[in-house]
Amino acid sequence: MSERLFTPRALITTLLLVLLAALPLIAQAVGDRYILSVGTRIVIWAIAAVSLNMILGYGGLVSFGHAAFIGIGGYAVGILSANGIQSGWVQWPAALMAATVWAALVAALSLRTRGVYFIMITLAFAQLVYYLGSGLAAYGGDDGLNIGRSRFTGLIDLRDKASFHWLCFALLCAALWFCGRFSRSPFGHVLRGARSNEGRMAALGFPVFRYRLVACLIAGAFGGLAGVLLANEGAYISPAMMSWVKSGDLIVMVVLGGIGVRFGPLYGALAFFVLEESLKPGLDLLHKGWGEYWQIVFGPLLVIIALHAKGGIASLLGFRHD
Amino acid sequence: MTELLVADRLIKRFGGLLATDNVSIDVRHGEIHALIGPNGAGKTTLVSQLTGSLAPDSGTIRFLGRDITRLPVHARARLGLARSFQITSVLRDFSAIENVALAQQAHHGHSFRFLADVRKDTARTEAARRGLAAVGLEARATVPASALSHGEQRQLEIAMALGGAPKLLLLDEPMAGMGPEESQRMIGLLHGLKQRCGMLLIEHDMEAVFALADRITVLVYGRAIFTGTPDEIRRHPEVRQAYLGEEAA
Ligand SMILES: Nc1ncnc2c1ncn2[C@@H]1O[C@H](COP(=O)(O)OP(=O)(O)OP(=O)(O)O)[C@@H](O)[C@H]1O
Ligand SMILES: [Mg+2]
Repeated sequence: MSERLFTPRALITTLLLVLLAALPLIAQAVGDRYILSVGTRIVIWAIAAVSLNMILGYGGLVSFGHAAFIGIGGYAVGILSANGIQSGWVQWPAALMAATVWAALVAALSLRTRGVYFIMITLAFAQLVYYLGSGLAAYGGDDGLNIGRSRFTGLIDLRDKASFHWLCFALLCAALWFCGRFSRSPFGHVLRGARSNEGRMAALGFPVFRYRLVACLIAGAFGGLAGVLLANEGAYISPAMMSWVKSGDLIVMVVLGGIGVRFGPLYGALAFFVLEESLKPGLDLLHKGWGEYWQIVFGPLLVIIALHAKGGIASLLGFRHD
Repeated sequence: MTELLVADRLIKRFGGLLATDNVSIDVRHGEIHALIGPNGAGKTTLVSQLTGSLAPDSGTIRFLGRDITRLPVHARARLGLARSFQITSVLRDFSAIENVALAQQAHHGHSFRFLADVRKDTARTEAARRGLAAVGLEARATVPASALSHGEQRQLEIAMALGGAPKLLLLDEPMAGMGPEESQRMIGLLHGLKQRCGMLLIEHDMEAVFALADRITVLVYGRAIFTGTPDEIRRHPEVRQAYLGEEAA
């Protein structure tokens, strides 16, 4: 997929990124802190969606347990923080490591299955983590736990909303950059080849299992990173961040945005949150209390998009998936 | 002549069906060994055991002097055992040239390289172009494999199989569904490859078999009933009845 600078889609993508980058300034100008907090969450979920896209989009592996990586990343930060280890230099590598190890475990078992079994196994593993999280009474159980934010003393203060937003934004850009390189790399081609025709790739001499496993490790690490950021965004961890609903939301974001397209997850995450944030008050405006049921409108909307724009938002903008 | 591949007393059952019944077969360097037999005789099943996508119930397979009976598909491929499929199997989402490039990539070390850009790798592209040219598809390089004609896809499969400079090619009906002209091309192509590698050729087109094969094995109901030169096959009464008779009818 080659990006020319002045095609409409490149323009829209650039505009979107500039908008996200400038959000702290915009929020300050209009005096609305809420849009910054929503914006930061969009950026974080976009990172998670980018990481899911690496295996779901390029690998064709429908993982229904991606929220577990977010949860593990978040809980690693939260648990260390609750035990007096505040340094981000310790927390973050530990969190990424934990998410990657979990990815290795899940992948080693789930990649032996195909289709619906793969979906069910990844879901089951994620539920395991979810219930583990709810069972951790020392760390808030079902209610979750307020935590202190990671400290990078002298470098960046994560309590400052603007700095934190820019950090998240920079990491999103890094994830998108990596994803772009990855999709055009020898590794990315093997992964995409296996999505297209696994048996053929094996007959050509590729140990498909190994390549997929490594893809899962990378995706798990990026998912863990999203969890680390999410925990720091609200200074709070709870099992809700890794419920199966969140795994489903992530799939929706990837599919909505455009599966296997580099910027697809960004569009998807943005559309997801914008729809959520506008459907709720919109429905409430129609009739008090209806906002709660925003998903009743959102669901059919997704079906319509799935039926009419197969490649998601990205295909409407003219991206080809690769 | 040296043996490339030796399969010894292979047995494969599907439930009550004995699909491979004590088959021993070998392929030598520089030889085209044809495998013929009626539909359902077990030809594809035998090839699948040789490539590793099916495990035999018993028996051994040696390739280049090494026991490969328990090796997975990809490891056998990397040793130089390449296959084309009876039902065309290409990477439909990729262009013709990328299909060949990936086939070649499989034999150039590992592919755990995450940041290199394959489009900027001119050596890779050039090698793939040569691979396509070898089967006469260079003009179709950028066409998606799914948009190639049936015959072109069969040619592409050969180019992919040749991607790793294999020592042995297992070709499962490479000419199936081809027109006479395309078949002639394919026969010419396979003939030209004889110097480079051994071949096990499954083919129903007896004209092609007699034109190409050095030896022929006849498989009937899972059993190899006879192995010999084309002349011996033509004279063999049991073979005429079991197979060639059917052809004439
Ligand atoms: N996976 C399988 N499970 C059960 N039976 C199978 C399987 N694969 C093949 N068979 C059976 O084994 C027998 C041999 O099949 P095979 O495909 O090897 O024949 P073939 O000689 O390649 O035939 P054709 O000329 O039609 O390609 C057939 O009776 C087939 O139905
Ligand atoms: Mg067959």
